[in-house]
Amino acid sequence: MGLDLVTTWTLIIGFGLMMYVLLDGFDLGIGLLFLGVRDKHDRDLMVNSVAPVWDGNETWLVLGGAGLMAAFPLAYSVILEALYVPLLIMLFGLILRGVAFEFRFKAIAQHQGIWDVLFCVGSLLATFFQGAAMGAVIQGFAVENHQYVGGAWDWLNGFSILTGFSLLPAYALLGSTWLLIKTEGDLYKKMRHYSRHLLVWLGFAMIALLLITPFLTESLRERWLTLPNFFYMSFVPMLGLMLFTWLYYVIRFSDWEKWPFAITLALLGTAYFTLITSLWPNIIPPNITIYEAAAPQSSLRFALWGVLIIVPIILGYTFWSYHVFRGKVRDTEGYH
Amino acid sequence: MIDLSAIDLARIQFAFTVSFHIIFPAITIGLASYLAVLEGTWLRTRNPVYLTLCKFWMKIFAVNFAMGVVSGIVMAYQFGTNWSGFSTVAGSVTGPLLTYEVLTAFFLEAGFLGVMLFGWNKVTERTHFVATCLVAIGTLVSMTWILASNSWMQTPQGHEIVDGIVVPVDWFEIIFNPSFPYRLVHMGLAAFLCTALLVAATGAYHLLKNQYQVESRKMVMMALWMLAIVAPLQALVGDHHGLNTLQHQPIKVAAMEGHWHAAEEGEGVPLVLFAWPDNDAETNHFAVEIPHLASLILTHSFDGDIPALMSVPAADRPNVALVFWSFRVMVALGIAMIALAWIGLWLRRQGTLFEKTGFLKLLVCMGPSGLVALLAGWFVTEVGRQPWVVYGVLRTMEASSAHSAQTMSISLICFVVGYLAIFGLGIFYLIRLLGKGPELSNNTPTSAQRPARPLSAVNDLID
Repeated sequence: MGLDLVTTWTLIIGFGLMMYVLLDGFDLGIGLLFLGVRDKHDRDLMVNSVAPVWDGNETWLVLGGAGLMAAFPLAYSVILEALYVPLLIMLFGLILRGVAFEFRFKAIAQHQGIWDVLFCVGSLLATFFQGAAMGAVIQGFAVENHQYVGGAWDWLNGFSILTGFSLLPAYALLGSTWLLIKTEGDLYKKMRHYSRHLLVWLGFAMIALLLITPFLTESLRERWLTLPNFFYMSFVPMLGLMLFTWLYYVIRFSDWEKWPFAITLALLGTAYFTLITSLWPNIIPPNITIYEAAAPQSSLRFALWGVLIIVPIILGYTFWSYHVFRGKVRDTEGYH
Repeated sequence: MIDLSAIDLARIQFAFTVSFHIIFPAITIGLASYLAVLEGTWLRTRNPVYLTLCKFWMKIFAVNFAMGVVSGIVMAYQFGTNWSGFSTVAGSVTGPLLTYEVLTAFFLEAGFLGVMLFGWNKVTERTHFVATCLVAIGTLVSMTWILASNSWMQTPQGHEIVDGIVVPVDWFEIIFNPSFPYRLVHMGLAAFLCTALLVAATGAYHLLKNQYQVESRKMVMMALWMLAIVAPLQALVGDHHGLNTLQHQPIKVAAMEGHWHAAEEGEGVPLVLFAWPDNDAETNHFAVEIPHLASLILTHSFDGDIPALMSVPAADRPNVALVFWSFRVMVALGIAMIALAWIGLWLRRQGTLFEKTGFLKLLVCMGPSGLVALLAGWFVTEVGRQPWVVYGVLRTMEASSAHSAQTMSISLICFVVGYLAIFGLGIFYLIRLLGKGPELSNNTPTSAQRPARPLSAVNDLID
């Protein structure tokens, strides 16, 4: 298996979704942290810390959707049809969250509290149902003749609820470590405290997922529980464990401000990588491969040019935008 | 009780969500260019009124853009969740086009939006202006890709069908399909008209309230000039778009004209001013017609005939009444816009424009008319394409997902309630912001630019 068009596209979509999870992860996390931060001024600072960049972060999700339709139309139609309910709720969460960014500063005074609540609720819904959808993908779908034949609620079971809950501490930790970079004073101290607890919860969740996933389906069992696969598959989770330990140490005992966020990104990266390697080369588990679901070569080739030329430029100006808004957020740079 | 099938519900859901969505991008497209013009003019003339207006409309833009983004994400996923048949068969064409839209437009808009909205004191004036221009370019590029995709669904070419799946052969042909140039220009001008009407209405409102005189006059005049030039141009483009449709989708034009039966020799096609087209009876009730006029407009001859609805089986016809009436609403509003702009400029020549409260009130009332015309136009072209989703290639019946009517009803109700609540409130906030008017406190270039400078310098040092 060389680096053919289909594999390349799988890597591109994998990369796009990872960018989404990591980037939108921290601004969704800001919404989750609203649960623990009641002070209006603190909340304003938190929102201002992501206001200039959240649009761009969310665009990676649109790229994931569009890219999936372009490169794997079959996977796009089957998976999205099967995940109708959780995706719809996720989209509603994203809508609530997205408009609340703008509305909470522009609403009439009586409404402002409501938009804070909805900002938080929207983030919760989006995060939980993203996690649940991910859990459903891992378990696979009932497909016959290239059509989804399962029911509207097949996605809902214990495992998908577990993945839904697991994503909450992950995104919240991304949010809290992001705020270590962007805030100071009491809010900073609070975030350091939260980061430590969130990391512990994330640790529990990751271990639970790691213990359950290999037993879920026949193909997962084969991928994980045969020799020498077991050793290969364990390598990256081991790396994750080391990162976890380092991160705990850094949050607990250092006063580094930027590294906790960076290590959290790496830690979640290992989890994401493990997920991909568990499913490879299936795109609609348990048995439709990327090759079966791929679009015609002419579609793959045409869209690939765009990706190869434009994505580096996008990464460039995205980086520039983060650079413009670097440093701590302060009142003087209030929203509008 | 009307018994709706799952497919009807899916269509209603799509029509509802996309109609809600298109309002925001239409304003985004027009407003982004307006912002670039305002900021550019300010940089050139240093007249503070342009900066005040730029900052005022930027606030509106931010709220509007956020609603456009979130309602757009729903669209990007709805093709899969509700229209899996469409995605499986035609995703190989629309998917790459959508991917290009995301890559070349969405990222550009989102990437520079932050700097445009929050970067006034973080980057130089020139860089900020570049950011504003890039956002504006992003909105135009975005429109181009999505209209290429939509136009391909109207007049598909450059592909072949292999095992029931659309396989792209020539991307140049796919993108530059026959209806694309017309639709692109028509939509672009429509977005500018929508925005101009909104700007004119806002200016007129404040003039009526006797506030922000300088800013409001500027808004009204900029908008009126825009309307006076673009509205007649739009009529011309629309006419050509119609002729193009006649060539490639004649039944759509027949529905627009309520033209059921082929004309007799020498009879010509009448222009139906008013009628109630009836799909079941295959005729128009209560028709008021001007003989030969449609022949003149569409074929440029007195007796020319166009294909009639009856020339195809009933199963291949769209809902004629809906197409017919949407078309009339759009044309009537278009004519009203031309009249409005020219009367306005004439009043300005007389020197009485800003005192004529009647006319200013009319401007306020016409504020949303652009959006109504835009929606009506999209109803014409989308409903007129039925019963096809990809014209002549894939029927709408075959394009939908296999959800039950129950699932579709529940999700439709959620969408209607959710959208009305969320975007209803959003539009309420927007109107309130428009009603509040620009902030004059920081409208001088000195106060807007200088005091914050030392602070941002301090930030840089700390970093």
